[in-house]
Amino acid sequence: MDELSALFHGFSVVLTPLNIGLMLVGIVLGVLIGVLPGLGGANGVAILLPLTFSMSPTSAIIMLSCIYWGALFGGAITSILFNIPGEPWSVATTFDGYPMAQQGQAGRALTAAFTSSFVGAFIAVVMITFLAPLVAKFALKFGPPEFFAVYLLTFCSFVGMGKGSPFKILASMCIGFALAAVGMDTVTGQLRLTFGIPDLMRGFDFLIAVIGLFGIGEILLSMEEGLAFSGKSAKLDPKVVFQTWKELPRYWVTSLRSAAVGIWMGITPGGATPASFMSYGLAKKMSRDGAKFGTGQIEGVVAPETAAHAAGTSALLPMLALGIPGSPTAAVLLGGLLIWGLQPGPLLFVEQKDFVWGLIASMYLGNIAGLLVVLTTVPLFAAILRVPFSIIAPVIIVICVIGAYTVHNAMLDVWFMMAFGVIGYVFKKLDYPLAPLVLALVLGDKAEDSFRQAMLVSQGDLGIMFANPLVGTITTLALLLLLWPLLARGWARIRKPKRVEFAQEQPVD
Amino acid sequence: MEEATTGGEGRGLTTHTVELVVAVLVFALGLTVLIGSWKLGSKWTSDGPGPGYFPFYISLIMCISGAGIFVQALRKHPEGTFADRQQLKQVLIVLLPAALYVLAVQIVGVYIASAVYIALFMTLLGKYSPVKSGIAAVVIMAIFFLLFEVWFKVPLYKGAFNLLGFTGY
Repeated sequence: MDELSALFHGFSVVLTPLNIGLMLVGIVLGVLIGVLPGLGGANGVAILLPLTFSMSPTSAIIMLSCIYWGALFGGAITSILFNIPGEPWSVATTFDGYPMAQQGQAGRALTAAFTSSFVGAFIAVVMITFLAPLVAKFALKFGPPEFFAVYLLTFCSFVGMGKGSPFKILASMCIGFALAAVGMDTVTGQLRLTFGIPDLMRGFDFLIAVIGLFGIGEILLSMEEGLAFSGKSAKLDPKVVFQTWKELPRYWVTSLRSAAVGIWMGITPGGATPASFMSYGLAKKMSRDGAKFGTGQIEGVVAPETAAHAAGTSALLPMLALGIPGSPTAAVLLGGLLIWGLQPGPLLFVEQKDFVWGLIASMYLGNIAGLLVVLTTVPLFAAILRVPFSIIAPVIIVICVIGAYTVHNAMLDVWFMMAFGVIGYVFKKLDYPLAPLVLALVLGDKAEDSFRQAMLVSQGDLGIMFANPLVGTITTLALLLLLWPLLARGWARIRKPKRVEFAQEQPVD
Repeated sequence: MEEATTGGEGRGLTTHTVELVVAVLVFALGLTVLIGSWKLGSKWTSDGPGPGYFPFYISLIMCISGAGIFVQALRKHPEGTFADRQQLKQVLIVLLPAALYVLAVQIVGVYIASAVYIALFMTLLGKYSPVKSGIAAVVIMAIFFLLFEVWFKVPLYKGAFNLLGFTGY
């Protein structure tokens, strides 16, 4: 019960008019950042960090973490309304959220997304409050082989759970890995696959790919049907909110499972992106309506949003307890702690109780404030859908160009984004899944680093992936998932001699 | 790309042709990365795995996948039209001006190029009056200016001549 009394002390620290005001400002700014593609949580927090230098560390971290919560909430808005994920973890939300908006259920989808985000974050904060010491101790056991095994599990789950051609899933994934390999090699410092182009030294940022594949690609797809597309009705009145809230408890199993996946991926730095994809895949596999996923199922919005917020929240745990940031935004927040003269790590819990428990209390309050702010501002964002497509289309293209430019202030990135747009259009029409490409691009570097470190430790012996029960279990699970299509086909042939036609089935996204 | 010769409404690119072309491109990309990784050093060095070690195996899987997709497309011969002429026309109506817009951004910067692009798009494709389109374009770009330059301190590309230099940003 020490945690409870510490938490109440935290509330007493947070509940000052100044801190509550900062919380609301942070949420609104965060939602704005989340909505704008290219201005992600990490960028947003980094840009606004100097604003907090004059504040006390507690007030500063409250505002910055609220920007983070706001960005997590905001990512869902453009995903659902425009099919443009403002953040990589919002990609999975587009799969069912956007079809729902097209069917005139944008309000329902947004309410489900925000509420699930809140639920995911709330469960994660409760976990942080009570299990912080245990979880931190467990995460300490992770070495490079364990990290690589987690990445392997994530990637294998795409091949195993995807219902499209496995070759197409693999091709898409490998393109992502290849793009991630471009630029400076983090281990040897050597330039890789730059082909003499200086601008390629910094590599391909996933945001460039995401903006092109999903933003421009979707515009091109929409244009095939001409300019007839205009915004669907996206009213969000309190009735819709309450009706959706009544409906959501039906998916409590999905919510709990997604929160568990999110917390796991947030603590082990898999991050919010694989968490959202994994929980979407699991929900698709386990739901009674799994076959209908991708056509506008509310469960397909609940799963990734719950997981992404749970992961985003729990990513702060290793940052606070161990000084290891679980996400890029957590890394920027960690930079903030160092600037304010605080040393992240276990001692922070002893020496800076006000700060740590103030932050944890602000997680509870910040998410409640976030939910209220986004639910009340949704009509504002939903109104955008009522604007004719001939105005929205060029504005989205302009936002995509600005988004691609602001990542590195480079015009070449804008051209790359356009190229990704064409790739996205062609891939979508040919049923190549785009999610594995984006995920491989995001996690490629980390996965490769873990693999190389593991290989260095074992001097090239792959047996290290089975060196202890923890890494062995994760690796075995990954391999089973990878071989799942073959095993399932073999099993189906034994039971009933029927040929499975992969290409005729729907791909994972 | 080759066009289907079947007449009528379905005239355009066949899915089969595009499947084969994309499979070849995937294989070619894989081969390019494979050669690049090989040159970098894809084997085990005295310091551990070389810089091309990981990309080499990735590109190998990419080549195999490309070949697999090609064989699958040949065997199953997917039917249907990837995009008919009308659809291709619609896509190009957006894609080509968008490419010209990016080119214009490089010369006159984000603000002016975007305002002109939005105004022309609304006038030519949306059939709005030039005055309405112009006002909408200027208002939208003014909001973007305030948002990025003033509030978030994110400078956007002003182009080779910086026609907005008088704003002080």
